Amino acid sequence: MVTLTINGREIQVPPGTTILEACKMNGIEIPTLCHDEDLRLAGSCRMCIVEAKGRPLLVASCVTPAEQGMEIETESPAVVEARKVILELLLARHKLECHTCEKNGDCRLQDYCYKYGVKDSRFAEGGSPKYPITDPNPFIERDYEKCIMCTRCVRACEEITVARAINVQGRGHNAKIATVFDGNLADSPCVFCGQCVMVCPVGALSSKVSAGIGRPSDIDKRVLTTCTYCGTGCTLELNVKNNRVVGVSSNRDEEWSPVNKGALCVKGRFGWDFVNSPERLTAPLIKDNGEFREASWDEALDYIAEKLANIKTAYGPDAFAFFSSARATNEENYLAQKFTRAVMGTNNIDHCARL
Amino acid sequence: MIKEMRIVLRNADKIDPQNISDYIAAGGYKALEKARNMKPEDIISEVKKSNLRGRGGAGFNAGLKWSFVPQSETKYVVCNLDEGEPGTYKDRTIVEKDPHTLLEGMAICGHAIGSNKGFIYCRGEYPYIVEHLNHAIAQAKEEGVLGEFDIEVRMGGGAYVCGEETALIESIEGHRGEPRFKPPFPGVEGLWQKPTVVNNVETLANLPEIITRGAEWYSSIGSSTYPGTKVLTLSGDIVNKICIEVPTDTTIREVIYEFGGGIRGGKKLKAVQIGGTSGAFIPASMIDIPIDFDSMRNAGFTLGTGAVFVMDETRDIVDVVTRIAKFFEHESCGKCNPCREGTFRCYEIMKKINQGRASSDDLEKLQLLGRVMSKACLCGLGQAAPGPILTTLQHFRHEYERKLFLS
Repeated sequence: MVTLTINGREIQVPPGTTILEACKMNGIEIPTLCHDEDLRLAGSCRMCIVEAKGRPLLVASCVTPAEQGMEIETESPAVVEARKVILELLLARHKLECHTCEKNGDCRLQDYCYKYGVKDSRFAEGGSPKYPITDPNPFIERDYEKCIMCTRCVRACEEITVARAINVQGRGHNAKIATVFDGNLADSPCVFCGQCVMVCPVGALSSKVSAGIGRPSDIDKRVLTTCTYCGTGCTLELNVKNNRVVGVSSNRDEEWSPVNKGALCVKGRFGWDFVNSPERLTAPLIKDNGEFREASWDEALDYIAEKLANIKTAYGPDAFAFFSSARATNEENYLAQKFTRAVMGTNNIDHCARL
Repeated sequence: MIKEMRIVLRNADKIDPQNISDYIAAGGYKALEKARNMKPEDIISEVKKSNLRGRGGAGFNAGLKWSFVPQSETKYVVCNLDEGEPGTYKDRTIVEKDPHTLLEGMAICGHAIGSNKGFIYCRGEYPYIVEHLNHAIAQAKEEGVLGEFDIEVRMGGGAYVCGEETALIESIEGHRGEPRFKPPFPGVEGLWQKPTVVNNVETLANLPEIITRGAEWYSSIGSSTYPGTKVLTLSGDIVNKICIEVPTDTTIREVIYEFGGGIRGGKKLKAVQIGGTSGAFIPASMIDIPIDFDSMRNAGFTLGTGAVFVMDETRDIVDVVTRIAKFFEHESCGKCNPCREGTFRCYEIMKKINQGRASSDDLEKLQLLGRVMSKACLCGLGQAAPGPILTTLQHFRHEYERKLFLS
């Protein structure tokens, strides 16, 4: 074990633990913008800097291993001064539209400015680069005037989705996140999974599908459910406001989201608005004389059973085939083949995943 | 009369750099032969004892750096020839005049750390040097002097930050030229995650003579804590704009007035910036210190790459620093917040001061930004970028105050 002192408290951690992890284990809060447990380290936002006695530079706690005998101060005057200046520098390039921002109330930049009492920036005088919002895709809003260049989106795209649709373009203050040749997402390898939206700590990336109908702070409840689009079984979190689904977010806790750890595809993340559609079927329909009419489940199931039995009797079991879907669960697919083989007496069972 | 002492430039202008037999006739590749008969750990300890310290700017003991390299099947020797510091042309001069001393140095390093692959990362603005080196490498291969050690030249794309060793490695790997965080240091996990020694041209070019003449000889030259010679490149308002190699206990005054021939046009010296664009501005009253790494650091200055940029009494310090701030705003890679945003805002404030639109509040802001950047930035670029601003605010504050808008 490595013994070090953090804010005057002696702490023991296993070798290889970073200072940030050591702080977390001991309930000491450190602000971070670029750090994300699911992504490779960047060490670039410099918000997590701490003072290590005897070292002339402030060290980034997310990438610095705890060493025997280290004496760390996490909120020393030099640390607080640097964090405030960094926040002011970020504010100077950040479009302050909190009142209409989708991330209002769940924004790291907002949280840390609140924590460190940064009301405005002394460095904003000369303005900042202007990036019009032009990407016409139906899912992801990209507002780079709010971007703080943490590159979490770039790393999520590369490491979780492995699409590599975006990267940093340009240098210095003009660096920005872009697709190749700074085009639209639709013309890039982007698959619109929205992992970038999931990891964005500010409002630079947000869901167009949820825009204007509910922000994180408006959500009444978050309902964990399993995605019905395919058989993978991803956990997703329905955001509910006034008893209506207003968005899907990721639950990244391995215990609750063992299959996907928060990662989703375009369907799971953005394809939920049908839930609220007035055209959604809520009861079985039977066609009489060319017109659909509502029926009870008992009536509908009896109707199907009778028709299937007639077909089997008149034409034999092989006149029947069952084509199942990946949108059904494993258990449902098991039942489908059981029904086909044991009840209908045929091996004509297949599944769309075989195509 | 004070004289130059030439170790890395020992063959300069005496041999034909395009002809390997000239180098061999001058005793070249003998040191490598001697090194090959030594145990790797003995070479490392000899270099450590010589106290040869990195000539790229960081001043770290070269032998000590090599000793951190762990056991691994694949290891690399990388030579930093990115030489992006404005006013610095020493590495170019060394390679131009005697490329084989560098190749021999790299092969000695390779034998010491157990590597048979070297890369030379050459500045993008030096395309003819790439040709020159490839010619020398081809000759050395033909002669068989490098043995199993292979050297490949890679070319940069013109980014200043790629002189930083980890950004250089990223660039060789084909990625954006951005620095990595350390640890892990390149010695442990460098090029393609393999142990990699990155040394400056001048550091490596010192090795043949250290091996030939021994650590004791080398460590007795110049200053005791930073022994040997330093190649300096003189530019600005100085009579002799030349490249010289002097023992490290030579003072700045000697460099400017003895070797440099004094200030052009018989004017007075106002300031000298040493070590490249991020170097401190040294006022004329403080030039009696030796140029060695520690003497400079103790006085609050830097030796850096050894560029000596001289400014006469007519120079406008604020104007010069504004241009420097523009340079860093342009060269920041954009990875870390304090550098990306800080260099931009520093330039903005410097412009404001230079145009006579600033107030004393702006000086405070500059000071604050500079202080935070020098402590919080990810790599040496951002940490050093505010150096010229902070040292001129300290030594030439009156020049700033004279330009403030008084109302």
